[in-house]
Amino acid sequence: MIEVKNVNKSFGENHVLHDFNAKFEAGQVNLIIGQSGQGKSVLAKCIVGLLEVDSGSVLYDGRDFSQMNRKERKEIRKEIGMLFQGSALFDSLTVEENIMFPLKMFTKQSKKEMQKRADFCLERVNLSGRNKLLPAECSGGMKKRIAIARAISMNPKYLFCDEPNSGLDPSTSIVIDNLIKEITYEYDINTVVITHDMNSVIEVGDHIVFIHTGRNWWSGTKEEIIKTDNKEINDFVYASSFMKELKEKLIS
Amino acid sequence: MNYIVNIGKYFQMLGQVFSKPERFKVYYTRTMNEIVTIGVNSLAIVAILSVFMGAVIALQTASNMDSPLLPKYTIGYITRSSTILEFSPTIISLILAGKVGSNIASEIGTMRVTEQIDALEIMGVNSRSFLILPKIVAAMSFFPFLIIISMGLSLLGGYASVVYSGLSSHEEFVFGIRSFFKTSDIVYALVKTVCFAFIIVSVSSYFGYFTKGGALDVGKSSTQAVVWSSIVILLANFVLTQLILL
Repeated sequence: MIEVKNVNKSFGENHVLHDFNAKFEAGQVNLIIGQSGQGKSVLAKCIVGLLEVDSGSVLYDGRDFSQMNRKERKEIRKEIGMLFQGSALFDSLTVEENIMFPLKMFTKQSKKEMQKRADFCLERVNLSGRNKLLPAECSGGMKKRIAIARAISMNPKYLFCDEPNSGLDPSTSIVIDNLIKEITYEYDINTVVITHDMNSVIEVGDHIVFIHTGRNWWSGTKEEIIKTDNKEINDFVYASSFMKELKEKLIS
Repeated sequence: MNYIVNIGKYFQMLGQVFSKPERFKVYYTRTMNEIVTIGVNSLAIVAILSVFMGAVIALQTASNMDSPLLPKYTIGYITRSSTILEFSPTIISLILAGKVGSNIASEIGTMRVTEQIDALEIMGVNSRSFLILPKIVAAMSFFPFLIIISMGLSLLGGYASVVYSGLSSHEEFVFGIRSFFKTSDIVYALVKTVCFAFIIVSVSSYFGYFTKGGALDVGKSSTQAVVWSSIVILLANFVLTQLILL
């Protein structure tokens, strides 16, 4: 379980996170949703340690990440996989080399073993045989899938996905969402997805945290979010008339 | 105030660059690749510049020798001294600051804005060391070879320009090159080169690593890298000359 306890984060005068508290359980897809500029990405960066928290703590299965030194953090980070908004694949490396990269850095596997693992990960994201392509030769959806393959190559306990659907067409978005869901259940990973894509909320959200003005405004399941009367959530989730109609139909 | 903050961040960055590599084999492979990228790929530009630089030095020396009291071998002597002491190590390093420095800053800067550096950090890789250390080792070990080649080609350029134009004879020019030669001049030039190599890579990497924003900012970082590398090279040149020669 990942626990975020009373986390505060400011940038100068701009107080982004206010006493933020949340719990993310393993084996389910946890979503962090909210409007742009409410602190979703800052929260995610604080959780994975790309930003230092001003106060409060982040616990990975009871281990206080915010109090750890660089060496201790390194060990935790080997258990973390992350899918970035822009995929963040290494341009100069082939698809296979990208997936093998963490294995090369942190395991003593032979080249054959690493290739076997890369093949397995690529097969898992339905990209078998694309080993020798360069990231520049891949489409946006393929890049996301390769990034997922790289993220799972080390068998992570925690998977973070920052806007996994940004820049993708609706059908590819569903493919990525389903892939994240399947991988989470299959390997019992603690997955945290930052998104403002409402399709993702309905498709994969097991546990949803709504962040507003840097606070944990609301949390619950996808069934609960459909029925909630919370004004801020309704303003966000049902912003379009289509979604409003959909809600009425679902409730009725 | 901003300058002091930047200097502090630069030295903090260096502190993490020189930490124990996670996997020596990976660093070794990266260093070899960097030798090709920033060293071997600079051979052509260094060769062209050196030949013409030497040729111009020799021609200008010859054209300014009005006094009949000055022996003809002075052309070779001055060409050699200026090339070894200043032109090859300093001017070629300034050129390399432009070519290699901008390349490094834009490469690392692009990795920063496309979150590739964040990806390395998330994996638990020391991104500063992983990205910068192999470049520093590659430049510090290969730039001296480039400068030695530059020295040789400059002298060859100088020889060709004055001997084939009839301003000096083969014997006089070669005698000039060999006159009053001190091995310490070569050592001085190579010490300078190694220092300049470190400056080019570390300063350029600093600007690349701390790039914020998008493509426009990568361009700005690249320009700043070249400007500041050149300024620091000139300052270091002055300090090193004071320390070593005087």
